[in-house]
Amino acid sequence: MAEPILEIRDLTKSFGALTVSDHISLDLRAGEIHALIGPNGAGKSTLIKQICGELQQDSGSIRFAGRDLAGTGTVERARLGLARTFQVSSVAPEFTTLQNVVLAVQGASGRSFGFLRPVLSDPSLTGPARRHMERVGLTGRENILASILSHGERRRLELAMALAMEPHVFLLDEPMAGLGPEGSVELTAILANLRHEAPILLVEHDMDAVFALADRISVLVYGRIIATGNVDDIRSNPEVQSSYLGETA
Amino acid sequence: MLRETPVNIALVLLLLTVPVAASAMDEPFIVTLATKVAIFATAAVGLNIALGHGGLVSFGHAAFFGIGGYGAGILASHAQNYEPLMTWPFTVEGTQQMLIIWPVALLAGGIAALAIGALSLRTSGVYFIMITLAFAQMVFYFAVSWPAYGGEDGLPIYVRNSFPGLNTLRPLDFFAVAFVWFLAATLFSILLSRSRFGLALQGARQNVERVRAVGIDPYRLRLVAFTISGMITALAGALYADLNRFVSPSMLSWQTSGEIMVFIILGGVGRHFGPLAGAALFILLEYALGGVSEYWKFLLGVLLLLVVLFAHGGLIGVVTRRRHHG
Repeated sequence: MAEPILEIRDLTKSFGALTVSDHISLDLRAGEIHALIGPNGAGKSTLIKQICGELQQDSGSIRFAGRDLAGTGTVERARLGLARTFQVSSVAPEFTTLQNVVLAVQGASGRSFGFLRPVLSDPSLTGPARRHMERVGLTGRENILASILSHGERRRLELAMALAMEPHVFLLDEPMAGLGPEGSVELTAILANLRHEAPILLVEHDMDAVFALADRISVLVYGRIIATGNVDDIRSNPEVQSSYLGETA
Repeated sequence: MLRETPVNIALVLLLLTVPVAASAMDEPFIVTLATKVAIFATAAVGLNIALGHGGLVSFGHAAFFGIGGYGAGILASHAQNYEPLMTWPFTVEGTQQMLIIWPVALLAGGIAALAIGALSLRTSGVYFIMITLAFAQMVFYFAVSWPAYGGEDGLPIYVRNSFPGLNTLRPLDFFAVAFVWFLAATLFSILLSRSRFGLALQGARQNVERVRAVGIDPYRLRLVAFTISGMITALAGALYADLNRFVSPSMLSWQTSGEIMVFIILGGVGRHFGPLAGAALFILLEYALGGVSEYWKFLLGVLLLLVVLFAHGGLIGVVTRRRHHG
């Protein structure tokens, strides 16, 4: 078995007396969707923030593509190929959808110090941007300001921006949040295809989506991973049922 | 409701035709007023790159305006006295050539903005406003207490600096110089805002977390934007020194920083022709009301309040009823 692309070992993080990440070990292999589930306050978003460099862990390690990420910041990790979407949609509201995606293409290109050539007449930026917009179903919405997109469209815009970075790993923080049943189904179909481009670490509350998509599931409760396994393992795990699935099912 | 582009073109044409007509009617004072508008607008175009596009509320741009002004004044004073600026390790003479003074002003403003920006941009929000103000005050007090170049009394430029082929002492010739610089600065700022750099800079203003997440470092972007911004404002300062044929610490004062910011707010933050609209309105008010009452700035304050409360898009926003820009 090949070395995992993302390898988290014994990751620990405390805020004062509260341990939000308690010796978390987790990995993400090529071609898989690894779902991270757990009740509210389990520390899922805190884990994502540590992976993308917004927070520094107290101890433990995060290795990405064979490289220890200690001491690298958010910008550098994004450059290395970690693309994230935010739990609460985070786009540039005064830009059009196209400008937002172009910004992501540009970020991946590593060249932001061109001063004279208009970005919107640069096909090396707009070409890929339009392609990624098409994949998430935003074609025809290029010139709409991001601030007046519907909630569902904004979620898809975020995904297009993540795609535009052509990353090695997707970190998706509750992409289905607030989408409603049809929206979730559509997005599930998009995500199912995404794993061929790069593996996905998927934080999600929508259990239908998780069970439909995930190759493996890890369950996080009070900062600890209490189980990791395939869908059937997790469904039948008594500890998981009592601490998490039991609440919702 | 008007579209923005025709309004912008009309403003520029107005700025061009008024002094030409005034010159034909032998009204040099009007030409000088128009020159002042062009120069102030250029200074504000500079600040607008930091403030409007980058969201960097600099309350210290008088430092760059004044540094440009002193650059012009110091070079000219040495040329007038036939004293070299320095003799060791090599001799540097003063000059009255605008073609040399401008690059010096741009360079000096750029170096100052790079240094001030490198430190100030480590902060944000109110701290950024205060630290830029503090740096500008440092430069102000330095100029006041430096007797070699006039200290508090300022530094006269007896003969306006020269440009090949023009008689810069003729008001219309000097207006042409200021007008071309205004146009060049504005066109550059438009190109900049549409470029890769401009996209990332404006993105960082709207959502810095998002820009970091796509792998772009906002600090470097902002530092470059702040430096370019300071350079353009410094150039305007050099022109302003020539307009008045006088440089004094008041160019470096916090009131000057405030006025440059007022031009932008009046005209419309982030709008390419907002600086022109704002500077023109300011000068017109000063001219029309300044004669009536020395408290005209009270009325300016009321107007500013109205714009901030009810017309976020500034003057251009009111005329075109469009709040969005970019």
